[in-house]
Amino acid sequence: MSTVEEKVKESSEHAASAPAKAASEKSGGEDRNAGAGGPITLFFILGLAASLVVGWVVFPKLLYSQKSQPFDFNHALHMEEVDNGCESCHFFREDGSFSGSPRLAQCVACHEDVQGVSEDEKIFVENYVVEDREVPWLVYSKQPDCVFFSHAAHVKGAGMDCAVCHGPIGESDHLKVYEENRISGYSRDIWGKNISGIKRNSWDRMKMDDCAECHMETTGRTSSVQTKKDGCFVCHK
Amino acid sequence: MKEGHNQIQTSKFGMVIDLDKCTGCGACMVACMSENNVPFREDESDKLLSITWMRVYQISNGKPYPDNEICYLPRPCMHCEGHAGHSPCVSVCPATATDYDSASGIVSQIYTRCFGCRYCMGACPYHARYFNWWDPVWPKGMEQYLSPNVSPRMRGIVEKCSFCFHRYQLARDKAYYEGRRTIKEEEYQSACTQACPAGAITFGDLLNPGHKVHQMVLPDLNHHGRPRNPHAFRLLERLGTNPKVYYLSGREWVRRAGDNYVQGEKQAEHH
Repeated sequence: MSTVEEKVKESSEHAASAPAKAASEKSGGEDRNAGAGGPITLFFILGLAASLVVGWVVFPKLLYSQKSQPFDFNHALHMEEVDNGCESCHFFREDGSFSGSPRLAQCVACHEDVQGVSEDEKIFVENYVVEDREVPWLVYSKQPDCVFFSHAAHVKGAGMDCAVCHGPIGESDHLKVYEENRISGYSRDIWGKNISGIKRNSWDRMKMDDCAECHMETTGRTSSVQTKKDGCFVCHK
Repeated sequence: MKEGHNQIQTSKFGMVIDLDKCTGCGACMVACMSENNVPFREDESDKLLSITWMRVYQISNGKPYPDNEICYLPRPCMHCEGHAGHSPCVSVCPATATDYDSASGIVSQIYTRCFGCRYCMGACPYHARYFNWWDPVWPKGMEQYLSPNVSPRMRGIVEKCSFCFHRYQLARDKAYYEGRRTIKEEEYQSACTQACPAGAITFGDLLNPGHKVHQMVLPDLNHHGRPRNPHAFRLLERLGTNPKVYYLSGREWVRRAGDNYVQGEKQAEHH
């Protein structure tokens, strides 16, 4: 017999005996592990559950610090008083730039003195109007420094509604808690409330992908040689 | 609304620098640095480490006195188009940090995207790109004077002249507010253009026959924008980088200095 045939024979014998050997070991093994299997499985299940809780509940809580605004503001109440909707206070300047949060000078016209019974108005008048100090509002939609956003292009050019990106803030009675990312320092409104990143409304998030998605759908521009999308500097500075 | 919004003006912004007018004063360099928050160091004596988006070079005809002549040559980023937007730096960027925008002809650099591999610096034949070896440190109180329209850069990334595209953004803002879709020539001008006391720099849209830059160089768009004005030339024309910065000079030796020629070689004819 040649060496090759010998080897083939040997290996086939080995293969035939292997299942039998395994079967005999298995019957003995089952008896031995019966006691430890339960707690070990339970340990891993509990560990997985604990990790999920840490990842989805505890970590997001730790990641964002909660800050409150200098005082509360009622958007709905003010919307009833003004004629021009959001643009009454958040207006465009003549050079096309956007004013953002109103300055003290705009509020003083009505709030020279306390005129209501609201505790927040009292804080505003006493601490800011009388002292001639600008209100340090925390801006929910504040973008990173590298972002250029043109309100004129969206509101005037494309005729978009403020609520498409900002949501129905104009109908709210109170300001929500400002959540600041402890690592990046950005507002939670940029990432979105939903930690898994699921988006239900157009105003749920303000990330670059959200901007790019809408730009692709509505403008269809492909001027960027690298990305075949809208040019990078359209939104970056 | 949607259709109107999509119609954006296709431009090719470019610059023409008249070298016979340039006095080498360096006002363009100063204007550029302050406009674009360009960082500087306490000791700027080592020019290899300086960041100068706009840099004025001195060239000479190499002849001894009294035939010696010099010429100052301001060098911003050339915003090369290459072939179909494949400029040298854009082609090699692995991070999609630098990009050619075919609607404006601007080569943009997105600082937060750049990770500092410096391939683009190696690819750029004009040395127009600079690396931030350190985080910028501003003299006390100077942060208050930084332009909010240009984001400052950090250590470990590359930066370059942007043709002041933030001014283009602001010009478009104004146009949108006034219900226009096009911007006027004077609404978008780079900082160096406006700072030049000799009026040597002209900026505008090379595609628009009404703009001065177009009239000055008469770019032949069928031949990668080659100038039809015999006094106009581009730096290293023969590399095919297709730059959008043109130079003007009535002096033969200056035009010849714009490219590398083998000794005794005749300058290539424009055709």
